[in-house]
Amino acid sequence: MIRNKVTIDGNEAAAYVAHKTNEVIAIYPITPSSGMGELSDAWSAEGNKNIWGTIPSVSELQSEGGASGAVHGSLQSGSLTTTFTASQGLLLMIPNMYKIAGELTSTVFHVSARSIAAQALSIYGDHSDVMATRQTGFALFCSGSVQEVMDFALIAQKSTLESRVPFLHFFDGFRTSHEVIKIEQLTDDDLKAMIDDMFVFEHRARALTPEKPVLRGTAQNPDVYFQGRETVNKYYNACPEIVESAMDKFFEITGRRYNLFDYIGDPDAERIIILMGSGAEAAEETVNFLIGNSKEKVGIVKVRLYRPFSAKHFLKAIPKSVKSIAVLDRTKEPGSLGEPLYLDVVTAISEAMGSDNPPFNKIPKIVGGRYGLSSKEFTPGMIKAVLDNLKENEPKNHFTIGINDDVTHTSLSFDSSYKTEPEGTITAMFFGLGSDGTVGANKNSIKIIGEETDNYAQGFFVYDSKKSGSTTVSHLRFGKKNIKSTYLIQEANFIGCHQFTLLDKFDVLRNIKDGGTFLLNSQFTKNEVFSKMPKKVCEQIVNKKLNFYVIDAYKVAKETGMGSRINTIMQTCFFAISGVLPREEAIEQIKKAIKKTYGSKGDEIVKKNYEAVDKTLANLFEVSENEKIISSNELPPIVSDKAPEYVRETLGKIMEGLGDEVPVSQMPVDGTFPTATAQWEKRNIALEVPVWDPEVCIQCGKCAMICPHATIRIKAYSEKELANAPASFKHTTAKGKEFEAGTEYSIQVAVEDCTGCGLCVEFCPAKNKREPKLKAINMAPQIPLREQEKINWDFFLNIPEYDRSKLNIASVKGSQFLQPLFEFSGACAGCGETPYVKLVSQLFGDRTVIANATGCSSIYGANLPTTPWAVNKEGRGPAWSNSLFEDNAEFGFGMRISIDKHREYAIELLRKLSDTVGIELAAEIIDANQNDEAGIFEQRKRVELLKEKLAKDNSSEAKHLSTLADYLVKKSVWIIGGDGWAYDIGYGGLDHVIASGKNVNILVLDTEVYSNTGGQMSKSTGFGAVAKFAASGKPTAKKDLAMMAMNYGNVYVAKVAMGANDLQCLRAFLEAEAYNGPSIIIAYSHCIAHGINMSKGNENQKLAVDSGYWQLFRYNPELTMQGQNPLKLDSGPGKIKFEDYAYKENRYKMLTKSDPENARKLLELAQADIIERRKLYEKLASDINK
Amino acid sequence: MGLDLKNPLVPSASPLSKDIGAVKALEDSGASAIVVYSLFEEQIKHEAEEYEHFMSYGTESFAEALNYFPEQNEYFLGPEEYLNHIRKIKETVSIPVIGSLNGISKSGWMKYGKLIEEAGADGLELNIYQVAADMNKEGSTIEEIYVRDLKAIKSLLKIPVAMKLSPYFSSMANMAKRLDEAGADALVLFNRFYQPDFDLDNLEVVPNIVLSNNWELRLPLRWLAILYGKLKASLAATSGIQTHYDVIKVMMAGGDAAMICSELLRNGTIRIKEILGGLEKWMEENEYDSIDMMKGSLSQKSVADPAAFERANYMKALNNYKMN
Repeated sequence: MIRNKVTIDGNEAAAYVAHKTNEVIAIYPITPSSGMGELSDAWSAEGNKNIWGTIPSVSELQSEGGASGAVHGSLQSGSLTTTFTASQGLLLMIPNMYKIAGELTSTVFHVSARSIAAQALSIYGDHSDVMATRQTGFALFCSGSVQEVMDFALIAQKSTLESRVPFLHFFDGFRTSHEVIKIEQLTDDDLKAMIDDMFVFEHRARALTPEKPVLRGTAQNPDVYFQGRETVNKYYNACPEIVESAMDKFFEITGRRYNLFDYIGDPDAERIIILMGSGAEAAEETVNFLIGNSKEKVGIVKVRLYRPFSAKHFLKAIPKSVKSIAVLDRTKEPGSLGEPLYLDVVTAISEAMGSDNPPFNKIPKIVGGRYGLSSKEFTPGMIKAVLDNLKENEPKNHFTIGINDDVTHTSLSFDSSYKTEPEGTITAMFFGLGSDGTVGANKNSIKIIGEETDNYAQGFFVYDSKKSGSTTVSHLRFGKKNIKSTYLIQEANFIGCHQFTLLDKFDVLRNIKDGGTFLLNSQFTKNEVFSKMPKKVCEQIVNKKLNFYVIDAYKVAKETGMGSRINTIMQTCFFAISGVLPREEAIEQIKKAIKKTYGSKGDEIVKKNYEAVDKTLANLFEVSENEKIISSNELPPIVSDKAPEYVRETLGKIMEGLGDEVPVSQMPVDGTFPTATAQWEKRNIALEVPVWDPEVCIQCGKCAMICPHATIRIKAYSEKELANAPASFKHTTAKGKEFEAGTEYSIQVAVEDCTGCGLCVEFCPAKNKREPKLKAINMAPQIPLREQEKINWDFFLNIPEYDRSKLNIASVKGSQFLQPLFEFSGACAGCGETPYVKLVSQLFGDRTVIANATGCSSIYGANLPTTPWAVNKEGRGPAWSNSLFEDNAEFGFGMRISIDKHREYAIELLRKLSDTVGIELAAEIIDANQNDEAGIFEQRKRVELLKEKLAKDNSSEAKHLSTLADYLVKKSVWIIGGDGWAYDIGYGGLDHVIASGKNVNILVLDTEVYSNTGGQMSKSTGFGAVAKFAASGKPTAKKDLAMMAMNYGNVYVAKVAMGANDLQCLRAFLEAEAYNGPSIIIAYSHCIAHGINMSKGNENQKLAVDSGYWQLFRYNPELTMQGQNPLKLDSGPGKIKFEDYAYKENRYKMLTKSDPENARKLLELAQADIIERRKLYEKLASDINK
Repeated sequence: MGLDLKNPLVPSASPLSKDIGAVKALEDSGASAIVVYSLFEEQIKHEAEEYEHFMSYGTESFAEALNYFPEQNEYFLGPEEYLNHIRKIKETVSIPVIGSLNGISKSGWMKYGKLIEEAGADGLELNIYQVAADMNKEGSTIEEIYVRDLKAIKSLLKIPVAMKLSPYFSSMANMAKRLDEAGADALVLFNRFYQPDFDLDNLEVVPNIVLSNNWELRLPLRWLAILYGKLKASLAATSGIQTHYDVIKVMMAGGDAAMICSELLRNGTIRIKEILGGLEKWMEENEYDSIDMMKGSLSQKSVADPAAFERANYMKALNNYKMN
């Protein structure tokens, strides 16, 4: 049978089979499994049917707990049902997994295995999540390559139906789920041949139905529960053979042979590694190399079916000659005798050695080791080190490989330069920006090579920890042999650098082979380029004898109307130079791919891309030998030498891309890091930065308020401070009666930290009257300003902050003199969330503890290497933590009750010690009014005095009070998260916390979709908006979270949109903090997932308010006590039509392109909903007092 | 232009035609044909780019969010959306449907005229909308664009083509003749260039669409009257038609069709019915058997004082003003 060769990733391979062999799919997005659900949803939306001819129903739930409940229910009702998840999501499914297994229910969960959040969250791959489910009764079935993912998905489906044991089919997150590689696609006939309908009928026959009613899910007691639990044994006993026979059948159909345990290596091997997952592919490559090149007696066992663990099959797979075994686990179980697979292997072998028929003459030495946590690289050098360890008389046990553990010395050393890639493999690396389309072009190239030639092709992509100005590194391999190199490229034939500036940031040529080819996108000509590149790069080119090509891709892009998208141009260069395909054929294929990608979007785009391809070759130049004159340009330091040691020594390495070299000793033991570190990561990503015009400026502070990255700062200060001001430092007389004569005013931009989003310019209300296109803030190219403004910025930072207690922080102007303690985050350029987060830090940051839900805000808030959370000159600033996605409200609640307890105890102690510290001081502290900045300032002074007195007292009570005294200064708890958390997964907790009456402030950064995971629908998504899982437009209205919160009566509730009304927003934050009870602020946050021009996000906010869609209001329960209506509507009824707002955003507009009729219908419903909601709010705002 | 119209009242290109229900209402109200809203050259060019931009913006940059929108396999941008709309209108109404293309450049946008024809349109209105702001461009160059584009589109299409004209040609009559010779099936007099306004609070130039009033009919009336009987092409007036009196004037000046837009936007599609009712009543009261009877009756060639349409009329008007 001829099967299609497709070039896809692991997620698509799993989803392909899952979608074809199920009737119901219930999911919840989580990285790195989201792609499986999204593809399934898209396929169902397109009408793709399963092998029985019906379109699977795909539902998005509110959490993985919900998804697994839905799966359970669907299974109990007889549908073939699946789900996709990973990590914390899988943990949330565990309760239902016990139920599903306990009830012997056939299903396959497809899991892209990912780290569990412990000392830190990680989105990357290991088996920690899967290992946490060992007890559930699910079969654990592991695939190690994309081909295996597709194959095992089917084998699992067959096996679960026949065995009644539910299956968890897993593969390594990112390494397999996101690796793009050429595989053979199974056909519907293959699938049909594997699945016996009889078992489907049996599954269906077990459904709960009133036609044949039964009872399932009883409560059992000590008398019978135990016996009931043992009933399933026979099914588990039978399961391995069922899987084996499914593998046999699969072999018959496809010719691909799999076993429960696959041995690869020398038949007389003495040293073997046992492992599972993608690491086994690299291990296979390595042992084959060792056998072929040095005749080493080595081998590996790939574990396929890990649970139920069949000792019989396992022992059969191991050669009798084996003397030593290394068992590798991609997980960590602190405090155990060893990780799970190791323990299973030890048990299996020791049990067998104790039997009448021992499998070995002498029990092999067995050692266990950990590798690859959080997608840590697992390379041939590491695999060889593991095998070499087995040569030792006393091989190191419980080792780690891949890191430098200089604390407990578990790690094996390894040779990072050791290479085993088969000859003939062409390797290419590409350094680019997310925004320049490099990854997309490379995915295209892989498809071209994989699907249009007989070459194998593999692509893997490494992304940045930042969302703005992010860099990407693509790793591509091509060759005639099947590619099993499941690790990053160590030595590249070809390196493309798509951005000249990246030469300063990364050692781009570190991995290039001698005699390799280097392609650089350079604005400098072939004659100039050597004089402009860093010296180190010049030397590498010369010393490694590289073929060096340059192209000014941006020039070609501009000339052909491609804007900043240089992807097609660089792709053409790659094909033209690399020789992977004949040049003409390559160009033809590129054009074919362009037509395929853009064809449906209009001829104009296709035409432009064609033109770009055609113009590329004429602009591509090889740099000749006589032009290679080494420059004297030294690389700028990654981190300033003024930075603290930890930043220089540890975080700096991560910034440099050398995090793998950080030893264990340099990592904190409990995940605790210093704050105020983003200031040291000068990213220089903005092409243009704002420039202040003091002549035009009205000193309103709006530019600083809206700035998402805290790069526009304002200070008012005594003119004396200007004594040593740099010549270019701008200042003017401070306006306003609150300032004494001689007060100067400056707005300074941190040009190295600015993302160039332009929101400040759009938000600036002051126009130059002579030339109204100019404002008080205007964008100008960064590079010419950089050096001058670096000096100005340093000078500005040293000007003292204005006395907080003297500011009118209830005005926008006054509030923006407050130092932001959230600065330079890696959020998207023009982010709509961060201005609110920054505002919290300005107003209350020096006394705030923050509970942050997982999501965008936790990523831009705390993704290593640095954090934007900062400190003031006294060293105070927000203390921040992230617990989970689902529990954030409760997490913050816990912080509140703990802080309250500390304060309560401190007061108790203070009362007891009042004689010692002085009754007057004690009374002042206890009764202090801390409702404003001045009150807090005074209280801090009192507490310092208290501490001084306590230091002289050796009593236990005094010591206790010393540790608690700071809690006598008012602390603010802010609970921050997105709508995915607040409306969906965390709603139950949020509801409970606001009902508690505790004094917490909840900030909901409402982007109306799951932004961090790529735009999935939440219950906050608006009527008619397109999102993932709402491809046809959301058919229901946005959940009115504010109304639900107001229902309690004692919750402060506000809806704000800073871009529409900054003063109302500011008031809401101040009132929320002042209210002694729960507060919730729902903040409109424009987002990249809306499909808008991010520099005009504030305009979208205004339109949302003007249309009546986003009502601004504040509900303050304190007003009720004053006999007033607590609800104040701060915006009027819609004065523009909903469509005049909605169709400014791609999320709404795109539906008019795909389904205009439905778009119109939903638009009408949305408009009607706005009118109805307005009526209700107006009624509430007017009726409550009656 | 070769289309058989049951009466002279044709709704011109406007947002009304975006709604199939409104188009049906126009037919029911008595419209004899409908000009569908314009497909803009910019729409053809930029909509695909904009869509592509927003679909790909921020993608493949961050490991957790490799894209932000569900892939839409089937969607209709600018031209496709427009063509589908033409098809739907054709399915809905039985009156002639005239597509409209609005552009200026010489690039390939005119091929969409052919697609409009293939979508079922009975005619095409070509609207070469150009504000001649380029100081280096001579009048003759601009005139040539009109002739060039008309010839190009005529060579592609079988359906009749109407040219919607600017009133700012230095030699309107000559231009009309050249377009007539180039094959125009109809001339529509005239395009209204929307004049932007100034927002003094925000120091911005803002688009400000002002609906037409019937005093604006004077300009087309004059040119209809001058051109009537001298061209093969049909003539239509647009701008300022609000009442049946305006329609009668258009007919008497020599127009074949009276294009109506602002009045419908202002007072609803029912106005067609009311105007037609008024027209019939007036004809009855004034003993006109047919539109033909009045057609061109006050055109330059039929009136007693042909100079009334030329410079002499200006003098007369001034004198009258002085006397008043």
